[in-house]
Amino acid sequence: MMKRVYAKEEVCAGCRLCEVWCVVAHSQSKNIIKAFNEEFPRPLPRVKVEEFGPFSFALQCRHCQDPPCIEACMTGAMHREGLEGPVLHDADRCVGCWMCIMVCPYGAIARDETIKKIASKCDLCYGEEEPACVAHCPNEALVYEDRGE
Amino acid sequence: MNEYGMRDLLREKEISGCGLSAYMDESGKRSSGNDIIQSIALLHDRSNGLGGGFAAYGIYPEFADSYAFHLFYEDGVSQAACEELIRSSFEIRESGPIATRKTFGIGPAPIIWRYFVDPKEEVLAHQDLSADDFVVREVMKINRKIDGAFVFSSGKNMGAFKAVGFPEDVGDFYRLDEYEAYMWIAHGRFPTNTPGWWGGAHPFTILDWAIVHNGEISSYGINMRYVEMFGYHCTMMTDTEVMAYLFDLLLRKHGLPVETACTILAPPFWDLIEHMPEEERAYYTALRMVYGSAMANGPFAIVLGSTGMMVALNDRVKLRPLVAARKGSRIYVSSEESGIREICPHPDTVWMPRTGEPVIARLQEGTA
Amino acid sequence: MRFSYIEPEFLVERRLERCIRCQVCVRQCAFEVHTYDEASDTVFEDSSKCVGCLRCVTYCPTDALIVRQNPTTFKENANWTGRVIKNIYKQAETGGVLLTGMGNDRPYPIYWDHMVLNASQVTNPSIDPLREPMELKTYLGRKPDHLNVSVKEGKVKLETKLAPQLELRIPVLFSALSYGAISFNASKALASAAYEFGTYYNTGEGGLHRDLYRYGERTIVQCASGRFGVHKDYLQAGAAIEIKIGQGAKPGIGGHLPGEKVSEEVSKTRMIPVGSDALSPAPHHDIYSIEDLRQLIYALKEATRYEKPVSVKIAAVHNSAAIASGMVRAGADIIALDGIRGGTGAAPTTIRDNVGIPIELAIASVDQRLREEGIRQQASIVAAGGFRSSADVVKAIALGADAVYIGTSALVAMGCHLCQICYTGKCNWGIATQDPYLEKRLNPEIAKERLMNLLRAWEHEIKEMLGGMGINAIESLRGNRLHLRGVGLTDSELDILGILPAGR
Repeated sequence: MMKRVYAKEEVCAGCRLCEVWCVVAHSQSKNIIKAFNEEFPRPLPRVKVEEFGPFSFALQCRHCQDPPCIEACMTGAMHREGLEGPVLHDADRCVGCWMCIMVCPYGAIARDETIKKIASKCDLCYGEEEPACVAHCPNEALVYEDRGE
Repeated sequence: MNEYGMRDLLREKEISGCGLSAYMDESGKRSSGNDIIQSIALLHDRSNGLGGGFAAYGIYPEFADSYAFHLFYEDGVSQAACEELIRSSFEIRESGPIATRKTFGIGPAPIIWRYFVDPKEEVLAHQDLSADDFVVREVMKINRKIDGAFVFSSGKNMGAFKAVGFPEDVGDFYRLDEYEAYMWIAHGRFPTNTPGWWGGAHPFTILDWAIVHNGEISSYGINMRYVEMFGYHCTMMTDTEVMAYLFDLLLRKHGLPVETACTILAPPFWDLIEHMPEEERAYYTALRMVYGSAMANGPFAIVLGSTGMMVALNDRVKLRPLVAARKGSRIYVSSEESGIREICPHPDTVWMPRTGEPVIARLQEGTA
Repeated sequence: MRFSYIEPEFLVERRLERCIRCQVCVRQCAFEVHTYDEASDTVFEDSSKCVGCLRCVTYCPTDALIVRQNPTTFKENANWTGRVIKNIYKQAETGGVLLTGMGNDRPYPIYWDHMVLNASQVTNPSIDPLREPMELKTYLGRKPDHLNVSVKEGKVKLETKLAPQLELRIPVLFSALSYGAISFNASKALASAAYEFGTYYNTGEGGLHRDLYRYGERTIVQCASGRFGVHKDYLQAGAAIEIKIGQGAKPGIGGHLPGEKVSEEVSKTRMIPVGSDALSPAPHHDIYSIEDLRQLIYALKEATRYEKPVSVKIAAVHNSAAIASGMVRAGADIIALDGIRGGTGAAPTTIRDNVGIPIELAIASVDQRLREEGIRQQASIVAAGGFRSSADVVKAIALGADAVYIGTSALVAMGCHLCQICYTGKCNWGIATQDPYLEKRLNPEIAKERLMNLLRAWEHEIKEMLGGMGINAIESLRGNRLHLRGVGLTDSELDILGILPAGR
């Protein structure tokens, strides 16, 4: 039983502010102007807005019950916090084999070559009260709730 | 020394609110005005000397079937003009000045006259009106059209007596100790909205309705426009006038029971109505829906007199005082219990009427 | 015309030190004002396309954008203002009728701002709405002159059967906003908010979408001159039927829905072909005189078994009082008056800005006339046209209205920024559009919440004002002009409004 981020595509305006604030949340300064204009390399967003014509929605890691990425990870960089926590990625242990990217059925993991070659994905803003994407969606197209799945 | 003489009232502490007192003997037994004057005198501090008045029922048994007009005239010219109008519409059975006594505290008086009249048969026959409606129309005509003339009482076998002054002085002035009535209503005024003029004192009357009122009606603006739709004209500048017209409209013209009329003026809250059983809920909802413009909002305690009936009512949140008592066949109401006990030291019961619940006294069957 | 003489109305400015090139502005502007150049990593703006809707300004996460009136001016001229000159340029360039949206924006006097309210002190206590009951419940419909009651065993029973009534929690309802002019999400927000709050919303002349039938008992269905969407189920679905003769934004002409806004769903609901312009005829072609109106009113009452009140909506014009009197005698249960500030999705600018009279004067004269004729209780008066606050509502009720329709206020509550380009169908806020890219921008849940908040806030404010006047039920304020005073009004204005000047 854990809270996950769910998208409501019928009200997604395709603005991509979720992506912007994800970057800020994972930046050093946590200041939007410094994060974008002064931090190099700029951190990658962990959420991506998928678009098809007028339809759009934000997609991020589903923190699966039975994650294929953890199974595929050869160093143990992909791990789960406790029995029912988010699936987290330890950048220090990651060797950039990108097997997780290959096996993820959602395509939710990104190739990160900003500093060294590693994988990058949503961490549900672990440690914060609410993920940044949910907090900043102007149209409440993202909700953070436990649906018992 | 102020214009009222020895009692320097205007420098006394200002106390707000008017005072009223009334009683009715349900057996029809008549009494003089002494008791009521004594009662209202006790409530002296509720007035400021700018108006006092009485209504008495059963005082003209010899002319019980004629309309008793009481008028103020500014001068002889107004009187002549008015009498011409009266003579054209009515047969005058008797005419003469209302007896008064020179009283300290009552200043220069207008001409005060009384007529006993009947509508002229041939005039009434040509109208599509009842005798009562005819009288209402003629009275409104005099009050609006004839300068310097004002009808302040126009009922049968009843009369209003009012002036600028404290009510006990007014009672003295009009020699009310010499009249016998089964119902007496008295009022002392503390006006702020309208200047003190003789016609402005309570009670306000139309036909044999007389109303005295303590309080201020915030809904006056719409009550006035509502009754004007039915042909009434508000010529005075007081809230009480409109209440008298409302009662005339609801009771006489629409033929509603007096309890219904009281509910219209002081209806229960929607919160309460919503919890009533179906039939009651439909009734109260319909009353509020249809007669919303007749609701009297704002603090009030009123006493309504009419032939054979006295009604006392509070507003829907009881913002003015009203105490009632009974002794034998007499029902008393007053702004203060002391006003009642002054003339009835040991009543059988004393109570505070609840909001919107009228106190009703009626002449028993088979009485005068 | 290849070359336009019209300077941009707005100037879009970017504070470069704050821009993070997130391109939200680029994505959100339906008019394509902002463009991103990858090579120079810069966002450029084309101010000539800006309509001043402030979408980009609101969405910019770093507040880097400013949109203001273009400071470039013509030579000062009190008669030939910039607005007037540009309008002529537009017409010279296109040969077309000037179109606009929303309500009259010209500086005609706003009488609400010249009326002040009373408060009770000393002689009459004011009432505290937080501690005492304060009743705003309102019933709209035909009422009899008097009631017949019978007394049986001391109990009083009602004998009169009353005509059907609408019951409102507060004397405010949502004005006619047609589906087509506004998006489905906006319609749904209005319908659900009215339903949950306890008031009503009006379908306007767009018909009623099937998915909104479930809010039917809180819906007033409109029958306008184009009869769009009018069929048997539609009439049965609503709680009341409104015959729209005219509206305040464009008295004398019919509704306008440009073809761009007639999508598949709109076409189905209105019963017209996709993409066709929906231009309602100016009159109802079966109402050429007052007796024809009576015929239609009774036809609708027959069709709905006399179970629903029938309202007739007119624009406030010179003879409103006489027209209203005729309408009441023709059988209307509710008179809806729409003043010169009434809004619209599309109207010719000249008509919107020059035809009609202010609603304040219309309410006063209609209410007074109906009272003089002794027929005031036969129909309720609902006033519309530019009600901006709860104070405007209270003043309208004091003048004599039974309730108030809000249109623009409701749209603003949902996010409208009054940029007046509704007729293009490119509303960036997702309100006045059928474009699927734009429509989802209005979240109906959020919009409903905002509408209910507005109604709740006004409800509280109205109670405070009533309590201040020493009144605990709205019936005692309705038509009670003694609680109003005029400030800075001429004698004839005071006379028409039926109020005294402040100080008397």
